[in-house]
Amino acid sequence: MSEWQDYITILGLACVTVLTRTFFFISDQSWPMPSWLNRALQYAPIAALAAVIGPEILMTQGQLITPWQDARLYAAIAGAMYYFARGGQGQAVLGTIVAGMSVYIPLHVALGW
Amino acid sequence: MFFLPANYRHPAFKQGMRDIAPVAPGIAAWGLMTGVAMVKSGMSIPCAVLMTLTVFAGSSQLAAIPLLASGTPMWVILATGFCVNLRFIVFSAHFKAYMMSSPRWQRMIAGYLSADITYVQFTQRYPTPYLDAEGHREQMAYLAGNNSLNWAGWVLAGLLGVFLASFIPTEWGLGFAGVLALVGVTCSLMSSRMRVISAVTSATVAIATYALPLKLNIVLSIACAVCMCVMIEQMSKHQQGEPL
Repeated sequence: MSEWQDYITILGLACVTVLTRTFFFISDQSWPMPSWLNRALQYAPIAALAAVIGPEILMTQGQLITPWQDARLYAAIAGAMYYFARGGQGQAVLGTIVAGMSVYIPLHVALGW
Repeated sequence: MFFLPANYRHPAFKQGMRDIAPVAPGIAAWGLMTGVAMVKSGMSIPCAVLMTLTVFAGSSQLAAIPLLASGTPMWVILATGFCVNLRFIVFSAHFKAYMMSSPRWQRMIAGYLSADITYVQFTQRYPTPYLDAEGHREQMAYLAGNNSLNWAGWVLAGLLGVFLASFIPTEWGLGFAGVLALVGVTCSLMSSRMRVISAVTSATVAIATYALPLKLNIVLSIACAVCMCVMIEQMSKHQQGEPL
């Protein structure tokens, strides 16, 4: 593919980002949100995050990790443990990243997990 | 939008930045490795810069990188991006009630800049939309502050990755910091048993249906988790003798 076609494709992808992120409020029409849908959406944020991170932590190339020699699993556990040990206070999310990476990098780089 | 004085002068703008600041290192590490991945796939520097500056959606960028490299037809790449981004359509339904008091161009910019993490933090801080003018200003200012730091972190780190691609070792797996940032934010959302059920259901479905094309497992998982939670809510209400 030539360079200019790549540029157009990339700008197209940017339009896709705009279209999907604004999908329901592009129009000026406002429609009433059914109350069940409103309640249902309260569960969407955590579901979205879990759907993204579940496979990132527990799968390699489309398969569940086996055996349990995988740095990502232990790093995620260490990170979550740090978070809950701090009770979510202060810079708990930053601590999750630091605690997780300090488990991940040695296991991943030194042991090849 | 960070460029509107009504937003950046509002105290909620800083609150939005403060809330996302601890997550930013993870976002930046992820942005950095996305930048590196673009250049290592053989993409030209101008293309990689354009993508970093405009697409602003990590998962759709990562999906598009190998497709661009292999010369896949444009419509296939755009359709892939759309499917990978389907979860944002769910988020936009949630955002709608918060946004409608703003003019369209402001809604479009605010929506474009709202990625996963800002959606999550925004709806966590404001479980319901404020319908009065002052409340709406506060919410939009918070969103703008939260978005601006997220955008800056992602884009600057992405550009750094593009220009330093040959100096950054990919074998360290620095991009995993982005996943860990999301782990931390997920933990912060686990405030009720129902939310834990939502997370476990969603992660399980996402793994079980991983083989679906175009990352459709993500939006399917959200749908399953949300349905499961609503059903459990209804059943427990029924048991307590409330009408369904």
